[in-house]
Amino acid sequence: MRQIYHIIIKEFLHLRRDRKMLAISILAPVIQLILLGYAATTDVKDIPMLVLDQDKSSVSREFINLFVNSGYFVLTQQVNSPDKIDQYIEDGEVWIALVIPSDFSANMLAGRQTIVQLIADGSDANSANIGIGYASQIIATYSRSLMRTIETQTRGRLTFAHVNPEVRVWYNPELKSRNFMVPGVLALVLMIITMTLTSLGIVKEKEIGTLEQLMVTPIKSYQLIIGKLLPFVIIAAVDILLVITVAYWWFGIPLRGSFFLLLGLSGLFVLTTLGLGLFVSTVSKTQQQAMMTAQFFFFMPFIFFSGFTFPIENMPQVIQYITYAIPLRYYIVIVRGLFLKGVGIAELWTQAAALLAFGVVILTLSVLRFKKKLS
Amino acid sequence: MKIRRILPIVRKEFLQIWRDKRSFTVLLLFPGILIFVIGYALNFDVKHISMAVFDRDKSSTSRGFIRNFSNTEYFDINYVVNDYSSIDELLNRGDARVALIIPEDFSGAILAGKETSVQVLVDGSNANTATTAIAYIQVIIQTYSTNLVMNVLKRAGREFYMPIDLRPKIWYNPELSTAKFLIPGLIGFILMISAVISTSLSVVREKERGTMEQMMVSSLTTLEIIIGKTVSYLIIALAASAFVLIVGFLAFDIAIRGSILWLYVGIMIFLIGGLGQGLLISTITNTQQVAFLVSVFSSLLPTFLLSGFVFPIRSMPLFLQVLTNITPAKFFLVVVRSEILKGTGPSAYWDQLIYMAIFSAIMIGFSAVRLLKKAK
Repeated sequence: MRQIYHIIIKEFLHLRRDRKMLAISILAPVIQLILLGYAATTDVKDIPMLVLDQDKSSVSREFINLFVNSGYFVLTQQVNSPDKIDQYIEDGEVWIALVIPSDFSANMLAGRQTIVQLIADGSDANSANIGIGYASQIIATYSRSLMRTIETQTRGRLTFAHVNPEVRVWYNPELKSRNFMVPGVLALVLMIITMTLTSLGIVKEKEIGTLEQLMVTPIKSYQLIIGKLLPFVIIAAVDILLVITVAYWWFGIPLRGSFFLLLGLSGLFVLTTLGLGLFVSTVSKTQQQAMMTAQFFFFMPFIFFSGFTFPIENMPQVIQYITYAIPLRYYIVIVRGLFLKGVGIAELWTQAAALLAFGVVILTLSVLRFKKKLS
Repeated sequence: MKIRRILPIVRKEFLQIWRDKRSFTVLLLFPGILIFVIGYALNFDVKHISMAVFDRDKSSTSRGFIRNFSNTEYFDINYVVNDYSSIDELLNRGDARVALIIPEDFSGAILAGKETSVQVLVDGSNANTATTAIAYIQVIIQTYSTNLVMNVLKRAGREFYMPIDLRPKIWYNPELSTAKFLIPGLIGFILMISAVISTSLSVVREKERGTMEQMMVSSLTTLEIIIGKTVSYLIIALAASAFVLIVGFLAFDIAIRGSILWLYVGIMIFLIGGLGQGLLISTITNTQQVAFLVSVFSSLLPTFLLSGFVFPIRSMPLFLQVLTNITPAKFFLVVVRSEILKGTGPSAYWDQLIYMAIFSAIMIGFSAVRLLKKAK
């Protein structure tokens, strides 16, 4: 026990002397979370729209106003001839163009169908998809209101059945993508910082050669491992508290679930990241190699296949099976569940069990490999 | 400065990359893997949304109504439940994203020609998916209502049409494939990796090992050494981008609609800036670790976050929108998307080219000044 204690003291001395490292381990997660929290939004609002109104009647103007008043579109251009549309869309100045034919009001008044054209710039597939969705919604509502006029005209003789969709949005009623992204970023930052610190901290001693010196002392290898890992556990705990605080106070992401459950399950996740950090240190000779390995073989696939930005449900079935092997996947479900949905262990126990299993297996294997490398 | 003396440096550089298998993998294989992953596995499509249905009416009318959802590719009715608490559980666990609740008097109201409401609960945690799902739901239900009205009118001998027939036309990327949207950004991303990171690391590595000094005392001039090193990474970056374009064409059918010539003009201007940035980083750092960190923070992260590669700039808070102007990748992306997806000529993006040229000139200028100072 005393020997472990000495190693821990040594590690903290290292940390205190290496101010840069200490700053990185405390400040980097906060800065990353804040920056990513602001930048990583997929909201689509204020879509720049062009209108070609060939009808120029009060009916068509009213119709255009529905788009402007919806809050989704901003009318940035009005043109008078169809050949100007190309130019604006090519330049990327407008994302969507609405073309109203010259017989629009005449058709409306006569109760005939009118074709309205919508041209969308598909180069940003996501925004185009959402923009078209908004437009169809507006037009569906408009059609409904026209029907109501017919209803009143024929009142008494004809009655129409009608279904009103009563849509209620749970968990994130304002549909802010930040509420979804920030908990994910929190998980990401926690993983990156604990894994990087662990692997770099150990490889550094390898590079300098002090790891060999430690091995010739009477310290047992398990004491060495515990002594080396514990400080990172403490830093990870501080980081967990820090990122939760920033998510809650800075971004105002509500924490609807239990704070202590979040802490506990984050602890389970850190088992995995410490284990992976240790593993990376056993396969790398230099710090640069360690960083490259962590970045390209762990961070990238974890980011892509954890459901962090790209929904797992949309992936091909084979890839969906692969995602079960990504521990970050479970932690992201946990963090989002606790922050947004306010669920408890009853809903999360499968994820927690998976994290525990991954943590124990990965950490054990890494420790064994590390011990083998030492001797 | 003689070409004859630069060539051996280029050869040496390639030999070193070839020998360091891990860097070689990262530089050449990684772009290929990335493009396949992005092309096949990652997309923002909103299809097959898992849906739970609680049909309290259980009539042929309500079943007909539900069929309007299951007949689309947007919704998969995975759960049919008989109480509210199951719906809570399914949404809480994330097994269902949308729940449809049909009231008891649904068929009664429809047959009597009265108004009725159905409840739709949407898991809003992923705002993006939820927004699209809500739009689909609204349209499906409105269409159903309109059909009801038309049937009544037809029976009464009157004609009625859907007043507006919306014809959306999607340009450049009609199937709205995420791969087409992401691959232009990916080229920028890969160029940044090979230009900024590799250049700065390779120069700093020679500094660390002391081989830079050895080259300095040889008869080679600083300019020749620097050109030799940058030319190597220029070639690699160009090869990597060609590789991405070829894979994009063969596997994902992404043809270059504009001119390859102008595309490469854009790529060259962007690359020169990136190489300049890499050189500049190598002059202000002494260890590979610091060089790596500075490169990642000054090039890779902004390229990923602030260029509009994945996250639309328009949706960012104003201060970040202003900040996006420091990353040349933002302008590069406009050029690449114009040439590849839109097929528009330089008239659509000449201003972006100028911004990029200014950035490249500043980077090359600064690094040249620093290098010459060091050489003295």
